[in-house]
Amino acid sequence: MQFEETLKRIQTHKGVIGTIVVNAEGKTTLDNSTTVQYAGLLHQLTMKARSTVRDIDPQNDLTFLRIRSKKHEIMVAPDKEYLLIVIQNPSE
Amino acid sequence: MSTFFSQTNMLLMSVWSCFFGQDEEDGTEMGEGDEWMQGKTLIKPLDQLDLTEAELKEEFTRILTANNPHAPQNIVRYSFKERSYKPISSVDQLAVHFVLEGNLLHQDSDEARRQRAKQGLPEGGEDAGDVEEGGGEERADSVESKAGKKEQKITNQFNFSERASQTLNNPLRERGCQTEPPPRANFSATANQWEIYDVYLEVLQKQEKNKEKAKAVPKKDDDKGRELKNVPLFPPQSDDITKVAKVAKIIERMVNQNTFDDIAQDFKYFEDASDEYREQEGTLLPLWKFQYDKAKRLSVTALCWNESYKDLFAVGLGSYDFTKQGRGMLVFYSLKNSTFPEYIYPTTSGILCLDIHKHLPYLVAVGFYDGCVAVYNLKEETLQPIYKSTAKSGKHTDPVWQVKWQKDDMDNNHNFFSVSSDGRVVSWTLVKNELVFTDIIKLSLAGAVSEGPEGVQLPIMGKTSCGTSFDFHKQIDYLFLVGTEEGKIHKCSKAYSSQFLETYNAHNMAVDAVKWNHFHTKVFISCSSDWTVKIWDHTIKTPMFTFDLNASVGDVAWSPYSSTVFAAVTTDGKVHTFDLSINKYEAICQQPVVAKKKTKLTHIEFNPVYPIIIVGDDRGYVTSLKLSPNLRKKPKEKKGQELPKGPEVEIAKMEKLLSLLREPENSNA
Repeated sequence: MQFEETLKRIQTHKGVIGTIVVNAEGKTTLDNSTTVQYAGLLHQLTMKARSTVRDIDPQNDLTFLRIRSKKHEIMVAPDKEYLLIVIQNPSE
Repeated sequence: MSTFFSQTNMLLMSVWSCFFGQDEEDGTEMGEGDEWMQGKTLIKPLDQLDLTEAELKEEFTRILTANNPHAPQNIVRYSFKERSYKPISSVDQLAVHFVLEGNLLHQDSDEARRQRAKQGLPEGGEDAGDVEEGGGEERADSVESKAGKKEQKITNQFNFSERASQTLNNPLRERGCQTEPPPRANFSATANQWEIYDVYLEVLQKQEKNKEKAKAVPKKDDDKGRELKNVPLFPPQSDDITKVAKVAKIIERMVNQNTFDDIAQDFKYFEDASDEYREQEGTLLPLWKFQYDKAKRLSVTALCWNESYKDLFAVGLGSYDFTKQGRGMLVFYSLKNSTFPEYIYPTTSGILCLDIHKHLPYLVAVGFYDGCVAVYNLKEETLQPIYKSTAKSGKHTDPVWQVKWQKDDMDNNHNFFSVSSDGRVVSWTLVKNELVFTDIIKLSLAGAVSEGPEGVQLPIMGKTSCGTSFDFHKQIDYLFLVGTEEGKIHKCSKAYSSQFLETYNAHNMAVDAVKWNHFHTKVFISCSSDWTVKIWDHTIKTPMFTFDLNASVGDVAWSPYSSTVFAAVTTDGKVHTFDLSINKYEAICQQPVVAKKKTKLTHIEFNPVYPIIIVGDDRGYVTSLKLSPNLRKKPKEKKGQELPKGPEVEIAKMEKLLSLLREPENSNA
């Protein structure tokens, strides 16, 4: 329940466009086509990033990944089983 | 020979006579050979001889010889013996009509043998044909044997018979059986260095767990039960939600970082450049503002930074108003997330003070308005304190104004002190599951009996005075100061439970805060609602410095980086920052930090590491401010270290200035 509250807070935070929770295979929130696309692509990228970090030093691990683009910023926080993606419009 | 040929001659003659027109009367001989001539009439040639009968019957003999008519009969040869030509008697009579050179060779001739050898034809084939054994074998198989190379069974022509029989062939039968294929599953994984490392870690953890299990014998069953559920890690993370909670927290912080990006940048990097132009004055740059919805009605009654996690601080919420007592809250914020607290503990009574243990960042001691003290463990999931004092266990009868952790006692139990309006300074020890209290000192007015006629004693309190604040010496463990509601400050020792070492008549009203200097071991500061802030040398009974701030001073704090810098907050919403090494009389910064004028600032704390301060007000907000460089001036290192700060010469000067009856003995910092 704490997690849900946190998620709600994130969703209502200023500038946040969307949040997606992805499990190891698919997604748990809306099965929109965009969501599916996001989930799949980001999952792969996160795996790659994590692999890179850990290959360099196995004791290290990926905490989060930020992708800042012209339009908005995508933040991905990986976990053992889940992936939490938040798209925010950084206040500029 | 002549008779043999006579008939033939006759025939020949007759034939010839036919041709030449000779007429013969041998009709039978004519008739045999020449039937086709019978039809014809005989024509006599004109010049044919007419012979008589007798002549006709004459027999002429013709002799057929083998003489070659063409062969010469008169060949002569010269004979050297007789020196004359002699005729050769016999002449070769051979007449060759036709010659054809043949290409057949006799098989046994040399040439044939040579040729055979060349061609590689086996002579055995011939031998087999040659070797014909007697006994009736007349058939020459030479033809076959020449052709084939194998040894042919030579069958007996006469009594050879072939016999064959066929056995019964077992009928062929195909038999098969099919099983269900074993269940298959596709498995794919990558074998990276880190994957291997992970597996090793897991194995290691399991091993350690097993060791622990082996030790904890009575609890074996419980452990096993739990073990079977949670295979990978220690904390029970079988719950999916908790896993995501951690991640969600990270994301929340990231989102906040984005939103408050400029503040974060300011916090880290901004240095007010205009300070160079301002000489000595400095400013406070507002950074984050922390507020919690549910804490809006409450005032910030206590602030404390966490020593181990430098971005975490605790806020105690309650109310100073006697009439409006309700619930309270203990809230922890992190600088990384200003929108929502990290930990929230609602309490039944308002909190008045708190302290976080220096070494154990999860232990928090809290003093309540209703006189209770409690200890919270942040690691625990529950919202209840792990220890709470009750009426039986010696809780105070009046609000607890200050708590402070002490070093672990000899039994390695944690303990803390509390001071309350009921006049007691109590030490609480966390023994297993209980809170054991020990009265350390009773702030009695008995010690001030002698001052009875002098001082403005409040007889309502009976014989005890109300302690409102205390502080322990940084180095001398047993030494501590207690400020009272009467405005006195007592210097006490843990050893003496009834007597004070010293008493200072500090203020006219209650002493709100008393704090030892972080560096200088003799100096402490005190503030009071009588609008003053005073700096003392504990060996001298009168204050070294007195500052009048025009409003009731809620709290004062020394800075951790300089021994001459301190800050005070007043109820008019201002933060006053002083640096004694720069300006002894005035604040180098006086800045209102709250929007509304009515809000009163209640507490202030310096961050031990970062150049920021947090200020709490009576509306439940906590504002963080960054100190501008002027406020953070470190003195030129005369002695290298920071301990006795500010040149002692200067202090000596101050002493002289302030001196009424002082001995400029010990330098003030």
